[in-house]
Amino acid sequence: MSDILILGGRVVDPASGIDAARDLMLRRGRVTAVELPGRLTGAKAKETIDATGMVVAPGLVDVHVHLREPGQTYKESIKTGTMAAAAGGFTSVVAMPNTVPVNDSVAGLEWMLDEARGACVKLFAMPAATFGSMGEEITDFHELQRSGAVGFTDDGKPVLEDRVMRTALEAVAGIGVPISQHAEDTRLTGGCSMNAGQVAFRLGLRGMTVEAEARIVERDIQLLREIEREEGLRPHLHVQHVSTARAMEAIRRAKREGLHVTCEVAPHHFTLTDEAIGDYDTNAKMNPPLRVEMDRRAMIAGLMDGTVDCIATDHAPHARFEKEQEFERAPNGITGLETALGLALRVLHRGEGMVLSRVIELMSAQPAGLLSLEGRGSLSVGSFADVVIFDPAAEWSFEAKASKSKSKNTPFDGAAMLGRVVYTVSEGRVVFKG
Amino acid sequence: MTTSGYAVGSLLSVAELKVEDVAAILAATDRIEWMTAAEKARLLVGRRIALLFYESSTRTRTSFELAAKSLGATTTLVSDKSSSIEKGESLKDTGLTLRALGAECIILRHASSGAPVLLARSTGLPVLNAGDGMHEHPSQALLDLRTMLARLPGPGARKVNAKLLDGVTVVITGDILHSRVARSNAMLLPRLGARVILCGPKALLPEDALGLGPGVEIERDFDKALRKAQVVMMLRIQRERLAGLEVNLAEYIDRYQLHTERLASAANAPLVMHPGPMIRGLEIAGEVADGPNSAIEDQVRHGLAVRSALLVRALSTGGFESVTV
Repeated sequence: MSDILILGGRVVDPASGIDAARDLMLRRGRVTAVELPGRLTGAKAKETIDATGMVVAPGLVDVHVHLREPGQTYKESIKTGTMAAAAGGFTSVVAMPNTVPVNDSVAGLEWMLDEARGACVKLFAMPAATFGSMGEEITDFHELQRSGAVGFTDDGKPVLEDRVMRTALEAVAGIGVPISQHAEDTRLTGGCSMNAGQVAFRLGLRGMTVEAEARIVERDIQLLREIEREEGLRPHLHVQHVSTARAMEAIRRAKREGLHVTCEVAPHHFTLTDEAIGDYDTNAKMNPPLRVEMDRRAMIAGLMDGTVDCIATDHAPHARFEKEQEFERAPNGITGLETALGLALRVLHRGEGMVLSRVIELMSAQPAGLLSLEGRGSLSVGSFADVVIFDPAAEWSFEAKASKSKSKNTPFDGAAMLGRVVYTVSEGRVVFKG
Repeated sequence: MTTSGYAVGSLLSVAELKVEDVAAILAATDRIEWMTAAEKARLLVGRRIALLFYESSTRTRTSFELAAKSLGATTTLVSDKSSSIEKGESLKDTGLTLRALGAECIILRHASSGAPVLLARSTGLPVLNAGDGMHEHPSQALLDLRTMLARLPGPGARKVNAKLLDGVTVVITGDILHSRVARSNAMLLPRLGARVILCGPKALLPEDALGLGPGVEIERDFDKALRKAQVVMMLRIQRERLAGLEVNLAEYIDRYQLHTERLASAANAPLVMHPGPMIRGLEIAGEVADGPNSAIEDQVRHGLAVRSALLVRALSTGGFESVTV
């Protein structure tokens, strides 16, 4: 007997090139059958889901989330963060290492990935690229990778020094995981709390320039070139949350050149501009900051032409009291797991005409592929039974207070969403029911 | 509460003032100024006003305080040096504490842009922005406007509307980047018909300033700008800022200081203004500051009058009329 039968839905599985009516059988945590409608009728299951009118897609994969555990569980925990993930249709999330303490050791990584943390979807982690994310000495990549690391990053901060970044890139070459870079030249952004430009000038706030992001991206690409030429190595650089047209163009050219560069874009960067800050709304404050319309258009262009490899949320919960401060003092970051699909469908699918399967691909097969997450991001037989079922036509408004996350810091409270998750299944268990 | 979530009577930014609001504030200023001391002292008798100052200030603080007292209100001054702020209390909690102690209005000076918005939202009290970071200094723009109306030939007698300052060019020179006075003036004056020319080197005046709104221009050549000016407003230059921005002090003085010869070469004998504190010999020559075209002391006097009106506005439930008629 199978665990779950999903009947009557439109299966959209970009990894296997399917976008058609199919029925799905899930058993012992795996996909065991994907069949034409009717073929599975009569099969017995503990639970049968009628997916008529729904899209049945691989569970979404987010390569960039902050779950705040250990150390800041008043903002979020692995349990609540993964519940928010499930509510947003995500079945795999990759936790960033800027916890307290920083996740920079095998012991820390194992603790985080331990079942006792109570993750309700598959939790992966990227430990720190340098000890304490201090940007000085690289961590033990081999040991960490053996314990499950899917990449290395000092996210929240860049690996700033040329020499350290080069060492880190050389060290990941050949072990199949990327250095995931928060591209910000922090020497140029001291005291800055939003994008540099007319809005920042009017609000009297110091702004982060386009150069601060682009220079690090361009420097890292140059390092890849040098490493390939001088050492014959091809390390994988992943650029996190690209926000500027100039950085996007640098990545586009590097890809054409054949360098191993990938990148992600966050929903807020393809949806909003710095005008969203309005009257100092700290829920529109994040790093990298919201940019101008030209940059937003460049994010969409990158998503449309394939320069962007995946959509990632940079889910960054903060407590209300932390956001209720002077704009310059409030911490950077917004929640994102429960609004990503609704925004991607509204802005990219409906607004820009991106086909549905491509939206799904950017949120499942591609992020899974980029970190080599075996058996994730696909509904092919043998894959993990990670499934999201959503109503693609549902129009609704997101309500922050209904969020599963412990924190409610989002600029999308009350925002229009397209497509609503009705079921999320992680390894054969229903983890969210809408 | 308004739709924006702050109490009616708050003044956080000139952007929220409609031309009619400006007219009402100026009219109330006139009425209050004509009152006897005894009449004035009845306007806000028994009302409680808190001055919350996170930055040092001479004229703004003193004029708000004197204004409040002349209206009969009780004032209390809380500064960051001698309060729980030093112990790490948040702005929100400080505001809630003042409210619980009976404050009915808070005048806030803060180093962080946007702080008055936070205070107004979290307390629900009318908040008067007495300068927030590099953002705004709305009462200064209003007193500057009143000074111009009093001193310029013509506009003083006109009705306050969108054409009030037609034909008036105001040149604002100096450290525009860090100046909340420049922002408030550059946003307010064009809406009354003035042309505002911002003047200064690139490091102190980025092109992004053009985003302050229509009616704002940039001219890097001070002499050229001066030739068009009916009003020239000089801003303080902080030496340490110039150093950080690699602007040469001697060169700055040479190009941008307002001195007697430079003023004499201006076509229209412009009115000279400065929000203070001024550094004589740096952005402005002493003789010019003390000269016949100077309106600098007038500005201070108008500050007292305008701030009285703003306090009455903040604490009146039925608009100005309920108090001043």
